[in-house]
Amino acid sequence: MKYLSLILKNGIRNKRRSILTIISVGVSLCLLGVLLAVYAVFYVSEAPPEQALRLVTRNKISLTVTMPGYYRDQIAKLPGVQNIMTNNWFGGVYKDTRDPNNFFARFGAEPERLLLVRPELKMPEDQKQAFVKERTACILGKPLADKLGIQLGQRIQLKGDIYPVTLELIVRGIYTANTNDEVLYFNQEYLNELLPVARRSNAGAFYVMADSLESASRLGKQIDTIYYNFPVQTKTESEQAFSLAFASSLGNIKKFLLSICAAVMFTVLLVSANTMAMSVRERVKEVGVLKTLGFTTEAVMGIILGEAAVISLLGGLVGCLLASFLCVGLRAAGGFLPQLKQAAMTPGVAATTLGVALGIGLISSFVPAWSASRTPIVDALKSNL
Amino acid sequence: MQIPIAYNLRNLVVRWGTTVMTALGIALTVAVLVAMLAMVNGLETSFATTGHPLNIIVTRKGSESELVSNLARTVFQDLKVTPGIAKNAAGETMASLELITIINIPSVDQPDGINVTVRGLSPIGLELRPDLKLTSGRIFETGKREIVIGKAIAVRHPDVAIGKTLRFGRGEWTVVGVMDGGRSAYNSEIFCDLNQLTSDYNRNEVVSSAVLRATDEATLAALLNRLESDQKLNVSVRTERAYYAAQMTAARPLQILGSLIALIMAVGSSFAAMNTMYAAVSRRAKEIGTLRVLGFSQGSILFSFFLESIVLSLIGGVLGVLLVYFTLNGATTGLLSFQTFSQIAFDYTINPKVAGMGIMFALFMGAFGGLFPARSAAKKEILTALREI
Repeated sequence: MKYLSLILKNGIRNKRRSILTIISVGVSLCLLGVLLAVYAVFYVSEAPPEQALRLVTRNKISLTVTMPGYYRDQIAKLPGVQNIMTNNWFGGVYKDTRDPNNFFARFGAEPERLLLVRPELKMPEDQKQAFVKERTACILGKPLADKLGIQLGQRIQLKGDIYPVTLELIVRGIYTANTNDEVLYFNQEYLNELLPVARRSNAGAFYVMADSLESASRLGKQIDTIYYNFPVQTKTESEQAFSLAFASSLGNIKKFLLSICAAVMFTVLLVSANTMAMSVRERVKEVGVLKTLGFTTEAVMGIILGEAAVISLLGGLVGCLLASFLCVGLRAAGGFLPQLKQAAMTPGVAATTLGVALGIGLISSFVPAWSASRTPIVDALKSNL
Repeated sequence: MQIPIAYNLRNLVVRWGTTVMTALGIALTVAVLVAMLAMVNGLETSFATTGHPLNIIVTRKGSESELVSNLARTVFQDLKVTPGIAKNAAGETMASLELITIINIPSVDQPDGINVTVRGLSPIGLELRPDLKLTSGRIFETGKREIVIGKAIAVRHPDVAIGKTLRFGRGEWTVVGVMDGGRSAYNSEIFCDLNQLTSDYNRNEVVSSAVLRATDEATLAALLNRLESDQKLNVSVRTERAYYAAQMTAARPLQILGSLIALIMAVGSSFAAMNTMYAAVSRRAKEIGTLRVLGFSQGSILFSFFLESIVLSLIGGVLGVLLVYFTLNGATTGLLSFQTFSQIAFDYTINPKVAGMGIMFALFMGAFGGLFPARSAAKKEILTALREI
C-alpha cells in the first residue's frame, strides 16, 4: 500500500497511453459485461417469485402441436394445483407482415383464469372487468401498445392463418408487467365460436400455478407420468425452463455467448499485455535506479503489477458503466426473448466483470514485471531505452 | 520522395512482440465479424439453392408459411386441373399435396431439443425435388411408418440413424434412409408418407400446402397469376425460390447482433492499434528527425507511419480470416426460422466477399488507429525530435 502513490504516478506519466488503454479495455469489457448480464439472466438467475410457482405443460412432440382441451380439468384436480389456464398461440397477421413490429405474440386465453395465474399483470379493476365480461375484448402490454400506437377502446383486426378466421377485437385493457409484457391476450371463447366444432377443444399449452414450491417440483413429473400412456403425451417444465427451451430453439445461445466472451477476454488480454510490455520496456533504467535505492525485487514487481491492476480496474469500471447503459437499450429491444428484459448489471455481474479486469491486468503484466524486476542492476542501468 | 516501405516492414519485424499482440487483437475482432458473415452467407446459400425454379408453393390465402397453412384436399383436386402444370414421364400431374408438422428432438449440444420439420408427401413430391439424393438406406414406402431424414439431422443427432425409431404422431416411426439435398433447407427436414402422417395427426381432409411444377418459364408467370386470382381456390402462391429467399429474415437478428459486437470490439482494437503506433512514433522520434533532415517531407513521414499501421492491421485482418477459415469454415450450425418454427441447418461459408469484408474492416481499424499517431509524427519539430533520446 505504501507504494500506492508511486503506482498512481507511474500510471499517469504517459497520460495518452493510459487513457487509450483504459478506453480500449473499457470498451471491450463493457461488451463482456453485457454478455455476462445476458448469460446471467439465462442460466444463473433465480425465477421471479410469481414465475417460480408456474409450470408450463405442452405437447411432448412439439410446442406447435396441440393437446386435448380436457386435460385442463384433469390437471386442475391434482393436489397442489392452485390454478390452471389454457394458452393458445393464435399467430395470424396484424395489418401486414412487412413491418416486423406487427409481429408480436397473441394468445387466446381464459380471462378469469389468466388474471389468477398471471397476477403480475397490473391494470385498473374496471379494465379487468371489461376483459372478463366482453367476449371480443383483448388486453395488451403497455410497451407493445406504445410501440404500435394502440389506445384503449381501439378496434384491432387479426387475420388468422393457423385458424381460418378473422378476429375483430376491442382493446379493453392495457397492462403493465415486469416481464413478458409484449403480449396480446384475447378471449379463447370468442375464437371457439368462430371455429368448426372439431377444432374447438384443443389447447396449445397449459399454465399451471402450484400452491407451493414443493408442489411445483412434484407436479412437473406427475403430470407427464399421468399422460405417459395417453395418445397425446405431455411435457411439463417450470416456466423458466420453458422459456429457456424456447430461447435455445433459436440457436445455440450458450455456445454463442461463451465463444464471444472468450474472444473479448483474449482481446483485452492482448491489449493490456501490449501496453504493459511497452511501458515496462521504457522503464528498465528506472528499475535499475529503484533497485539501487534498495527496493527489493518483489517490491519492484509489485509496483509494476499494481500499475497494470489499477489501469485495467479503471478500464473495468468504465466497462461496467458503459455496459449498464447498453443493458437499458437491451431491455427496450427485448421483444421475443422475455429474459432480455431482465438483463442488468447486477452487483454479481459487475463484480465478475471487475474480477476479470483485475485478473487480466495481473496476468498481462506478469511476464514484463517478472523479467524487469529480475534484470541485474548493472544491465538495467546500462539500458539505453 | 517516398520513404521505402521496407523501412516500415523492418520496423514491424524488429518490434515483433508488439506487432504480434496488436495484430492478434485486430485478428480476433475481425474473426468475430467474419464468423457472423460466414453464418449469414451459409444461410443465404442454403436458401438460395433450395427449390426448383419452376416449382410453386401453394398455401391458404394469407398464410406466410407452409406450417400455418391449411389446404383442403378438395381445393387440391381443383388445383390439379389448372392448365400449365407439368406432367411427368408416366403422364401424372406434377402436383404434390403435403402436410407439414414439427417435432422436437434433442441433440448432443442442445439437450432441450431443436425443432425439426416433418413433411408428409407422396412419391410425386420426391420427383418435384430432383436435387434430393438418397445417400444411404432407401426411400420410405407408402403406407408404412417409415421416415427419411436429411443429412444435417443425421449429423446433428447421432441418435437418429437408420434402423432407429422416433416417436411422434400416434407411435414409432423407423428411420430407413438419409437424403442429401446439397446445401438446401431440405437437409434439416424429415420426409415420410403423406397419408400415414395425415391419419396420425387426424388431418385427413385439411392438410398444409401443395407444390406444383409449371411446364416452363412462360407458363410459370401465367400459372402464378391464375392461381393467385382464383377466388374459389382462395390460395396464395409463390415460387419455391421466392418462398425460401423470404426466410432470410431469420438471419436478421444475428446480423444486427454480430455487427454490433464486432463494432464495439473494433473500437477497443483500434484504440489498441493507436497505442502501438504512438509508441512506435515516440520510440523513433530521433529517426523521424533524421529522416526530415535527410529531406523527407512531412507528408511522406505521415504517409509512412499511416502505411505501417495499415500493414499492421492487414496482418491482423488476414490472421482473423484464416482463424475462422480453419476453425469454422464448413462447420454445421442451426438457426430457428420464425416462418417454419424449425431449425435450418447450414454451414459456415467463407467466400471471397466475406473474406474481403473482414479485411476491409481490419483496414478501417488500422486507418483509424494510425491516422493520429502518423500526424503527430509528421508534426514533430526537427530539432526537438533530434534531441529526444
